[in-house]
Amino acid sequence: MQWVNDIIQGILTGGLYALFACGLSLMFGVMKVVNLAHGDLAVVAGYIAVGVIAVTHIPVLWSFVIVVPIMAVLGYVLQRTLIQAALNRGVLITLMVTFGLSVVIENGLLQFFTANSRGLGVNNAFITSSFSIGSQITIPYLLLLIFGVAVVVLLGLQYFLSRSKYGRLIRAVADDKEAAQLCGVDYRHVFGIAAAIAFSTVALAGIAYGMYSQLAPTTGTDTILLFAFAAVVIGGLGSLCGTLLGGVILGVAQLIGAQINTSDEVLAGYIVFLAVLLIRPQGLTARRAR
Amino acid sequence: MNTLPTNGERPADGTPLLDVSELTVHHGQLRALDRVSLQVFPGEVYAIIGANGAGKSTLLRTIAGLHRPTEGAIWFDGQDVTRVRPERRAARGIAMVPEGRRLFESLTVEENLQVGATYARKGPWTIERVYEMFGWMAERRSQRAAQLSGGEQQAVAIGRALVANPRMLLLDELSLGLAPVVVQRIYGMLPQILATGLTVLLVEQDVSQALRVASHLQCLLEGRTTLEGRPSDVTAEQVEAAYFGLARAGHEVQRESDSLCSGSTTSSRGS
Repeated sequence: MQWVNDIIQGILTGGLYALFACGLSLMFGVMKVVNLAHGDLAVVAGYIAVGVIAVTHIPVLWSFVIVVPIMAVLGYVLQRTLIQAALNRGVLITLMVTFGLSVVIENGLLQFFTANSRGLGVNNAFITSSFSIGSQITIPYLLLLIFGVAVVVLLGLQYFLSRSKYGRLIRAVADDKEAAQLCGVDYRHVFGIAAAIAFSTVALAGIAYGMYSQLAPTTGTDTILLFAFAAVVIGGLGSLCGTLLGGVILGVAQLIGAQINTSDEVLAGYIVFLAVLLIRPQGLTARRAR
Repeated sequence: MNTLPTNGERPADGTPLLDVSELTVHHGQLRALDRVSLQVFPGEVYAIIGANGAGKSTLLRTIAGLHRPTEGAIWFDGQDVTRVRPERRAARGIAMVPEGRRLFESLTVEENLQVGATYARKGPWTIERVYEMFGWMAERRSQRAAQLSGGEQQAVAIGRALVANPRMLLLDELSLGLAPVVVQRIYGMLPQILATGLTVLLVEQDVSQALRVASHLQCLLEGRTTLEGRPSDVTAEQVEAAYFGLARAGHEVQRESDSLCSGSTTSSRGS
């Protein structure tokens, strides 16, 4: 029964990892930008939530109503300025620019908020409580909520991309931005929209992690970015359902690793990640590149 | 280049729809176009011919806004569009079928057309009308563009440009990589397209095909204009000379070999 509990916990934690990975996958799929500042931006979103809650006394679970729009605007602006300028100079430059952004954010956070970690809604009854099924299975409400949010966000995004007018433009621009220009599409604006969507999911990821664990200035690179990469690679680039699957597999692998030996938790996740890279480098769901 | 055989009697009613003057474009150090001028009047089919690397595609891409000229100006419909971004030019009525089709490969046929129609101007062309023109297309609308044959992709690319309801259609090497039969069929659609009041500027490597459909033509060689006129007014020899550069090469040979042998080569270009 202990194993069943672990696997359930793993699946639910996988929802959080999928939420981490969603924005990274979208930015790469559309703009071909590997955003190395991805994790740090999630942490920024978490700190914004801390600030917003302190100022407005909004309930922690509703903080996203304010934080998501802020991050969406930040995403659009960053894409239209810094990232677009980097893209104009070549795809590799975007790696350097987002790495630089990551360093700046991390040190900025250290400077202004110190290295102390902080949580979101530490004393909130809902966040800290859980329910039991039988005597062995214990499910935290928060983890179930995060998983639900991840599923809704990823499936919703997939639906938006495949059905809506803007989703169609985003896919067209991802295929061939010059041909899109000839159709009257300003690809820089479409990139901005895609970045705004990606940053919105980053905001959710940051808030979710702040409630699930603790946020510190270095959390972005040492946890969120790495887990996001692992989930994206396992699931396969460019497929949002794959991202969800990748997150779940990573979560389950970690929990099983922890069951064998507590210190093996993170290692187990990366062993699966490496195995997928070796056996199926295109990921579990993606078709092989032509 | 001022001794070109120009043709004064255009079927024009005054102002050209597209007026390109003294256009020079560089690709890095390479001068791809050297002071090329052309005027396209409403309702015309203007063909640019020339060998590989003559600068034909560069000319079309610059008119569409994908390259920035180093010198010269592009006027469309009485307005200077030289510095206008490509998507804004599309909105003003310039649509291009790019070389190699360039469909959105992960999108379906219908989605490709829908993207073309997103920022469409008002006009006669709709997705339904494109389906009427290409009979096979409607029933394959939900297939991915990448699964179509070359000729089918070309038809979708033309449809994608048409649904924007442009005033001018730029066609870049429609025949490239297609079987002659397919090329015939696609050019056979041109009268239907022209009947809706479009003006066409096309680039074609296949000279006989271009001569068949064009009402006016210009030949480029190494980025320069070597011939301009109506197909009925130029001879096959003139076209050949302009296409392969025999006239110019002839001049140079003549100049260098003046002392060796007299009158060895004469310019075969008409005057």
